[in-house]
This record gives sequence, structure tokens and C-alpha cells, in this order.
Amino acid sequence: MKHLLSVDDLGGRAGIERMLELTDGFLAVTRREIPKIPALVGKVIVTLFYEDSTRTRLSFETAAKRLSADTMTFSVASSSVKKGESLLDTVQTIEAMGIDAIVVRHGAAGTPHRIVNWTDASVINAGDGRHEHPTQALLDAFTLRRHRQGSLDGTRIAIVGDIVHSRVARSDVKIFNALGADVTLVGPPTLMPESLEDWGANVSYDLDEVLGDVDVVYLLRIQKERIAGGRFPSLREYSARWGLTAQRAARLKPDVVVMHPGPMNRGVEIANDVADADISLITEQVTNGVAVRMAVLYDLLANPTSSERVS
Amino acid sequence: MSQQFLIRGGSIVDSTRDETRADVLVRDGLVVEVGPNLDSAGAQVLDASGCVVAPGLVDIQVHFREPGREDSETIETGSRAAALGGFTAVVCMPNTNPPLDDAAVVQSVLSRGRQVGLCDVRVAGCITKSRAGRELAPLGELYDIGVRIFTDDGDCVADANLMRRAFEYSSALHGAVIAQHAEDPDLVAGGHMHEGEWSAKLGIPGRPSEAEIVIVARDIALARRTNGRYHVLHLSTAGAADLVRIAKAEGLRVTAECTPQHMTLTDAACEGYDPVFKMNPPLRSEIDRDGVRRALIDGTIDAIATDHAPHAPETKEVPFEEAPPGMLGVETAFAVAHTELVATNILTMRQLVARMSFQPAAIAGFGNEHGRPVAPGERANLVVIDPLATWTVDASKVASKSRNTPWAGRELTGRVRHTLLNGVPTVINQETTK
Repeated sequence: MKHLLSVDDLGGRAGIERMLELTDGFLAVTRREIPKIPALVGKVIVTLFYEDSTRTRLSFETAAKRLSADTMTFSVASSSVKKGESLLDTVQTIEAMGIDAIVVRHGAAGTPHRIVNWTDASVINAGDGRHEHPTQALLDAFTLRRHRQGSLDGTRIAIVGDIVHSRVARSDVKIFNALGADVTLVGPPTLMPESLEDWGANVSYDLDEVLGDVDVVYLLRIQKERIAGGRFPSLREYSARWGLTAQRAARLKPDVVVMHPGPMNRGVEIANDVADADISLITEQVTNGVAVRMAVLYDLLANPTSSERVS
Repeated sequence: MSQQFLIRGGSIVDSTRDETRADVLVRDGLVVEVGPNLDSAGAQVLDASGCVVAPGLVDIQVHFREPGREDSETIETGSRAAALGGFTAVVCMPNTNPPLDDAAVVQSVLSRGRQVGLCDVRVAGCITKSRAGRELAPLGELYDIGVRIFTDDGDCVADANLMRRAFEYSSALHGAVIAQHAEDPDLVAGGHMHEGEWSAKLGIPGRPSEAEIVIVARDIALARRTNGRYHVLHLSTAGAADLVRIAKAEGLRVTAECTPQHMTLTDAACEGYDPVFKMNPPLRSEIDRDGVRRALIDGTIDAIATDHAPHAPETKEVPFEEAPPGMLGVETAFAVAHTELVATNILTMRQLVARMSFQPAAIAGFGNEHGRPVAPGERANLVVIDPLATWTVDASKVASKSRNTPWAGRELTGRVRHTLLNGVPTVINQETTK
């Protein structure tokens, strides 16, 4: 694998499982007293973020540093992009400095696919528009697998909320399906994709009907701006029909877990107390994010003949 | 001194006949003699052996970007590309900067076209001032200097009342036609490709087929009410094709065109996020593509037009959603249509020439100058086509100033060999004469 643009690039179930096993090793590294190994000494990794992000960018930079790579942060707010530099010129400028990987986030779907044509470096998609977010999918699968005794086969997962605008939903459906889970998309019809051909997911508009039958409730962020587009009438009405309220959470079977990619809107898609309850894996998702990104960077960049083998 | 050209050894295809073997003698801008084995004395011979000799092609929808975006195309480079594609007349859309809502700007484009002299450059005028969709442009004033097609192409006239008034007002202008870029702006807001299976997979916001269908349905109702003359630009959906078919059966004055790409390509072409496959209306599903093709074959769609839309390379070297919509077309249109429809025995050569020459000429109101029969006394606007020539499209070698062709790397069958404008060759052996 040279680039990670989509969950499809991981090579199906076998490739995904290999990456999750690699992640296990790196999770152990992150728990060492000195959580740093010299696997990517001399490699240069650029984070190129055209959208605001806290956790994903910090997670990639932390992962890179723990592998002893050098990192460069390109943030649009304080760069030549403000002076009108095109994405192509920006990529070629960065490339000219001598780099090994570009971690890119952009508001337009397919931007990482475009960048691949303009650079010899490895390109990692850290979120492109509403398209994909493959490292989020890996960390979600990794987190969930640890709670399901190492297997997602037969696990029933409800992904609830703004599916159509969600890159997390697109990537998660792919990875959960590949690992044998059974996915149901839940939300108002106005937030469902225009076509679910080849998605391999069930659809329900009724959260209460689904909740009794699931092992995992995966909630997506709901944005106020969707009201203006006529997607739903109000946050209050959304929350009443599709929010994981304390009342709904109380009806879940005892072993059900709750996930969220962040950032959360407490009180909208998830009640405050549910977010902090024991059934929530939300902070664990963040912790595992670093290990997953170490695995991805290692897999893409490590020279197999010279680098240290992991645990 | 009079210039004479003898087009020798070809077969004539025009509105009156199909594949009749004859030489054609051209003098002083006119066809003077048609018949077998004409004497070549005093004439420059243009070899047409194995070729079809037809009235010059007519493209009623191009963007030559002048004035405003001369970095992507000019009237000169666009005319050169059009001549190489076999066109003797084109209609430039009015979404220039400034837009063609003013007689002086229209005159400057027409005069530049004449000065270049590679193609008969006509224009469409705006329906509304500044293409803003609020008040009528000076339709009568533009009509008086020869404009016959009115459109806000690039934008849809969304205001139904204004569209009604445009139909009513223009019905007093004999031969004028209101042409619509039929996409409801609210339904396509924020969209960048056809809404469907592929947009859902790629995560690109969509432009639904219904955006075209609702506007065409509305406009046909208004045309019925006003007895207006209506033309659907770049029709792209099976649903709108059905509406046009019904309107024609009813006897309404409704015509339609489609592009080579809408009858050939689908939204699957967007899979690699290459903005060269981005246009408005978008490349659609197979169902729509097949519906458009059926309508072109059965005559519901009257004309193939290219919507030739050059964009400077740097404007397409961006993420899909940030790129401007549009594709090149004039150099490849005939060959693509021929490869898809004639080489496959779906249409005859004459049926294709109808859709690319005399039918669009009639819609645009210059059927007395272009698309004429190849007969003595007629203006010599002609094209000579080698139907067996195969060639591969090379984006780096196009005559257009831009390179955004969706056909790069495609092998096509059928190629324009010579083009004559007003009795003078603009293209000889696939090269422009000036």
C-alpha cells in the first residue's frame, strides 16, 4: 500500500485485520514509559489541513513523533493559501522540500485522490468532504473489536444521524461490513444518502425500533446548519426522535456500547450523561487513534529491510 | 481573379440526398457545378476520394470566452478548433464578461469573428440583463442586429413569470427562440455531479435529474400558454426527453439538443475525481444517457451541440468540487457522434448530418446560409469527411487554448478532412489554412 485514500485501499478483510494487529503492537508502545521508537527516523510527514481539526491533526502528529519521524504542520490560516496559492502549487512546494507523506484534510471529496497525481509522497486521507475518513474507520473498528472479544462477526451496529454528510459513516460502513458486522443506518430520510446501492447496510427511520436489537450505537454529529437546508425542523425535534437521550440509553441491553467520532453536540445527538457513562467508548476511541495512525504511517513509510520490527 | 476549388471523388450527403457520388465545383463563394468527373482546369483540387461531402456542420452552443476569459479561449482559437471539427457556423453563448446583453458587445464579437474568418461566428443574446434573472435584456435591439437565440445559459431563468414574459415578448420577433439551461437552481444548489449511486459513493454533492425535468415541464406549459418558441439546451435526462417528445406530438414549437458527452458518457466517469468530467448539467446515469440517446435517434432531439466550454488548465487542476464545469467539444463532436452512432449502424450518415448541420441551422435561424443542399447556386459552406479514418484524441494537440477534453486517449472513427467557409477552404487535409 502506497497511499491510504479509502477503506477500499486496505485490501479487504485480511488487510484490515493485518492493520488492526499492527495497531495492537503500537498500542503497547504507547503504554511504555518512553512511548517512542526509532521506526521512522529521517522520514518527513506533513499535515496539510484545509479544515479545522483538533483531534485528527494532533493524533497524526503525535503518532508521527512516537515513530521518530519529523513533522511539518501546514495550516491554511497562516499560509500562502491566504495569498491565493493553489492546492497544486502548495503540494509541489511542500514536495520540493523533500517529504515522505502528506496527511491531508480538505472540504472537497476526492482531494487526496487529486494530490496523488501531483506528488511522489504517500498520501493519507484524514477526511475529504463527505467522502471518507479511513483512519477514523480503523480506530473505530479497533476500539470495537477489543470490546467484542476480537471479532465483529455478527455484531449489530446502528449508525445514527447525518449519514449523507458524513465521511465517517461512509468509511465505517465499509470497514464494519468487511469485518462481518451487520450495519443499520438510522436517521431522518432527509439525512440518508441519495442512493444506498452497494452500501450493504439496512436503513431505519425509527431509532426506538432499532435500539432493542443492537450491540453498538454509533452517533454522528448533528449540525445546526442543516436546518436551513430543510433537512429537519429543529434540534429539539431531532433530539426527541433520533437523539440518544438518557431515557433511551436506560433501555439498552447491558452490554451495549456507545461511540461517537467527535466533536460531540451534548444534548443534541447524545445526552450529557450518556457521553460520560461507562458504556461510552468515546475517549478510548481517541486513545486508540494514535496507535492506529502509528500503524498506518509505519505500514506506508517504514523500509522493511532496515527498520525495527515492532514488538 | 476568381478562386475555384474542385472537391473531387466524394459522395454527397445533404438534406435532399444520401450518398450520391459527385464532384463539386466551387467558385466565388458558391457551389457552381455538381456532377461526375468535373473538369479541374483552373481549380485547386481537394481530394475527397472515399469521403462524404456535406453541408458544413453547425454548432448552436459554444463558449469562445471572448470577451472576458481570453486565457482559456479566444474567438480565434475557438474558430480554429471549430473549423478543424468541420463546423462552418457556431453560436456563442452570452455568458461572457461583459455578457452579451448589449448590442455593442454583440457587434464586437461578430466583427471579431468575421475578422478571424475561420468560421461563421454568431451569438446568442441574454434573456435577462446581466444574466441576473430579474429584468428582460433588450431582446428587440439584439434581434435587430441578427440575434435569434436568447438564453441565460450557464444559469437557468428560474423566475417563472419572467420566463413567461420572455416567451410572450419574443413571440413578436419572428424566428426568435428562447433557449433554457434547464436546471432548477434550488435543486442543484451546492451540487457538483449527477445525484445518484455514484455521487453517494464518491461523497460529492449531487444535482438531481429532477432539476431539469421540473424546469422543462414548467417551460413547456408556459410555451403552450404563450405560443412561445422553446429550445432545451444540452438536454440530459430521460424524463425531459419524454416531455419534449409529448410536446412535439402536441404540435408545440419545442426543440432540443444534446451534447456528444451526454449521449455517450455517464456519471461513472467521475470515479477518479478528475474535473475534466465535470459539467452542468452533469453526466448522468445510464438510464438518462440511454434516454437521451433514444431521443436523439427517434428525432425528439433535433440537434447535437457541443457546449464547447474551454477552461484554462490551472482551473481544472483542483479538487473536483472547486473546478468550473465544462468540456471541450468542437474538434471531436463529429467523430464522437460518428463513432457512436454511424459506425455502429444506429444512424445513417444523412441522419447525423441532419442533426449536426441543417436541423441546428434551422433552429438558429440561419438555415438559408448553412446546412444548405450541395447544389449549384448555394453558398459553399461545406465539409469533407473521411468516414473510415481512425484517430486518437491527444489533449496536448488540440487547437483550442485549453485541454479539458473528456475524450483524451479515445480512438475515434471518422475525421474531418476539409472545411470550406463561403467557398474558401478553412481546413485542408486536417490543417487550418490560416
